[in-house]
Amino acid sequence: MKREQQLFLFQRILKDRAANTVMKILTFISLLTLVIMGGGLLYKSSAILSARGVWDLITGTEWSPLSGQFGFWPFILSSIYVTILAVLIGVPISLLAALYLTENAKAWVKKAVFPVLDILAGIPSVVYGLWGTLIIVPWIADRFAPHFVEYSSGYTLLAGGIVLSVMIIPLLVSLFVEMFLTIPSDLKDASASLGATRWQTSRLVVIRKASPGIIAAIVLSVSKAFGETLAVLMVCGNMVGIPHSLFDSAYPLSALIANNYGEMLSLPMYESALMFAALIMFVIIFVFNVIARTVLQRVEKKFKL
Amino acid sequence: MKFKFIEEKIFDLLMILSTFAVFGFCASIIWTILKTGFGPLTWEMITSLPGGGFYLGKEGGILNAIAGSLMIVLSSAFLGLIISIPIVFYINVYRKRSSRLSYFTRLSFDVLFGIPSIVYGAFAFTIMIFFGLKTSLLGGIIVITLLIIPIFVRSMDEVAKSVSKDLLDATYSLGATRLESCKVVLRQIAPGIATATLLSVGRAIGDAAGVLFTAGFTDNIPTSLDQPAATLPLSVFFQLSSPIPEVRERAYAAALLLTIIVLLLSLTGRILTSRFSKNRIK
Repeated sequence: MKREQQLFLFQRILKDRAANTVMKILTFISLLTLVIMGGGLLYKSSAILSARGVWDLITGTEWSPLSGQFGFWPFILSSIYVTILAVLIGVPISLLAALYLTENAKAWVKKAVFPVLDILAGIPSVVYGLWGTLIIVPWIADRFAPHFVEYSSGYTLLAGGIVLSVMIIPLLVSLFVEMFLTIPSDLKDASASLGATRWQTSRLVVIRKASPGIIAAIVLSVSKAFGETLAVLMVCGNMVGIPHSLFDSAYPLSALIANNYGEMLSLPMYESALMFAALIMFVIIFVFNVIARTVLQRVEKKFKL
Repeated sequence: MKFKFIEEKIFDLLMILSTFAVFGFCASIIWTILKTGFGPLTWEMITSLPGGGFYLGKEGGILNAIAGSLMIVLSSAFLGLIISIPIVFYINVYRKRSSRLSYFTRLSFDVLFGIPSIVYGAFAFTIMIFFGLKTSLLGGIIVITLLIIPIFVRSMDEVAKSVSKDLLDATYSLGATRLESCKVVLRQIAPGIATATLLSVGRAIGDAAGVLFTAGFTDNIPTSLDQPAATLPLSVFFQLSSPIPEVRERAYAAALLLTIIVLLLSLTGRILTSRFSKNRIK
């Protein structure tokens, strides 16, 4: 081989090796992000953790930063209630819509619905919040709540739940549709040949067969709803206290962090307390996501024959 | 009539109603934004900075927020691309797609994707305090870059996964190094990257919770990295909490503008996918 050729080959291999190293470093750093994030939040909240203890913080109901009382229970409960409500409203709608789209729908409906889901998924959180304050909140205050309670401002747990449910619908429907399409049509045909109606087939074959995926999708949507900030901040009312009914105001963790970022540096422990709130969210969402993704990947593998 | 047929009818109806509800929600949101935002949206609002007494309803516009959002999102998209493209190639070309490292990388990006932006904001805020930074354009860029990388990696990985292994083998058999094979793969996934970029930018520009902590808010266009920067979503949010109707109307207009930008980006993304996927080797 000529010298020039050798040099050229050497250069190419060198470039390849160099690229390998750079990419490897980038990938490992990115893998570390989660660890650094969790670690950073833990470090920041260590001040309040060592002063109060995890259990006291989580189960405490008293919240007054001025006197150094930090009880997160009302916020955690608000977050959980809003999320559960969003799932209770969003999942049945998404499940039925996805079944309709995969089993019954005419071609034009299918064609029309995906751009709509795209739009719903793309609309920014603050715009959902705006829609919530203009449409959902007055509707609850003037139309819905008067049937049940004497007075409600409309800025309630229910408003948060409804807005969140609309926000998780696009995610749920597209995941459900994807999953239902993986169900082999032989199974459905077999069920139909035994005299099952379409709904019976859907309920007993399609949903049952897709259940691991359905659960994983719900878990994903839970973590999305749990972390959503601006939209819930705008419609939930944000009054500290455990909500006792749908028409009570709620104050989720994410809203707590977003509302108080400005003043948190002025009070002792306040910053640490808010970082603890972020840490709670991080941990919950981390666990939920790992479970959901692992299940989804299993499902994906199983059906890729 | 048998029970199962009644049941069938009921659920058929419920399914149609649910699908109708999805359309209805979308229509309601778009209609609300259009109805409230179209009137107050003027050329002056898009092209001028907030004047004196802007937040009392006097003249001025939201150019500060538009410029701030664009600066943050464009820089973040650029930085994000530089970081995420090598990662995608690493787990798809340099490593076997099914290797343990690739699996963990995917899983961790999936999880990062799920972490809400408020947590990113809080985390980036702690980093900024650590380095002694104040709320600034730089802070906003940092947090949006962190936020955008998982979106980039996930969507590009989806595309890169679909490049057939035969194609890679063919390049190797011609004596290409892995880096040179990456170039071939890049050709194949370029439309995918373009779509991913547009969709991620759309998501990033609408994100408010992350920049709330880190970018701050200002009436001016930032001229250097350490000045605070206004952003469109926050502009909507702040003006909406005003008791003055004129200011709230401007929030509606800003929301309409934001929605238009996001939808345009996503529409362009879709068109790109369908237009430029001709050269794909399946």
